[in-house]
Amino acid sequence: MKAAVIVFPGSNCDRDLAEAIRISTGTAPAMIWHRETSLPEGLDLIGVPGGFSYGDYLRSGAMAAQSPVMREVKAAAGKGVAVLGICNGFQVLTEAGLLPGALMRNAGIKFVCRDVALSVENSRSAFTGGYEAGQGVVFPVAHHDGNYSADEDTLDRLEGEGRVAFRYAEEVNGSARNIAGILNDGGNVLGMMPHPERVVEGAHGRLDGLAMFEALARLG
Amino acid sequence: MKARVFVTLKNGVLDPQGKAVHHALEGLGFGGVSDVRIGKLIELDLADNTSDAAIEDMCKQLLANTVIENYKIERA
Repeated sequence: MKAAVIVFPGSNCDRDLAEAIRISTGTAPAMIWHRETSLPEGLDLIGVPGGFSYGDYLRSGAMAAQSPVMREVKAAAGKGVAVLGICNGFQVLTEAGLLPGALMRNAGIKFVCRDVALSVENSRSAFTGGYEAGQGVVFPVAHHDGNYSADEDTLDRLEGEGRVAFRYAEEVNGSARNIAGILNDGGNVLGMMPHPERVVEGAHGRLDGLAMFEALARLG
Repeated sequence: MKARVFVTLKNGVLDPQGKAVHHALEGLGFGGVSDVRIGKLIELDLADNTSDAAIEDMCKQLLANTVIENYKIERA
């Protein structure tokens, strides 16, 4: 299992994500600075972490999506490498065109930072295979721009193709159809606002995210 | 030469900031405001030979997210 975590200026969940990957795979991922123009050979997983890349300038994720390393991430995603974008990482993946739609300011305007109940909608992906379909999990969220928005056709397509991976089981941020996480059409790119990497060890008080990283550990 | 790019939310896209400002205006006693939408103004200082097409590309690739935003270019 070979993994990398992308680090942008302003990323702040990169080490949490790296630690979750290390716990589940036994190997620390390579940390890749955003200016890199190549990725390590033979990657099974690329993590795009949460944070406030480029201070959320222009739009959350917009600047990071134009980073040199994102060209490589797009190319790797095109070859089927698993890409997991969490929180700001989800925003970066939508801005980079790897996932449809956009993350807008929360409907309630406020930054939302709390545990939220979710349901696993698709348990057949490389990311969610360790969960049961319809299973309830609790992950923390911490975001200002998590209000998922896409046109009705796109939303219908996502639902019809089973690409809604996670749905909020409660009102959180105004997201269309309570979408918390989506897959790309190949099923190898997942973007989600909640933080599974923050619920993977005893000290976190909850282990709901561990099944995702254990499933990903089986990729390599 | 200079150009100004106005980035605005598409119709139908909820604008929570606009809603809050609308509310605040009403709170200040300003009546007759039926809606508030907040956008961005981006001022570009450009080489004189910059083409319209190049500015369009800047808008599409970075300045606006065309999933949720419209843009309008005004050359000064």
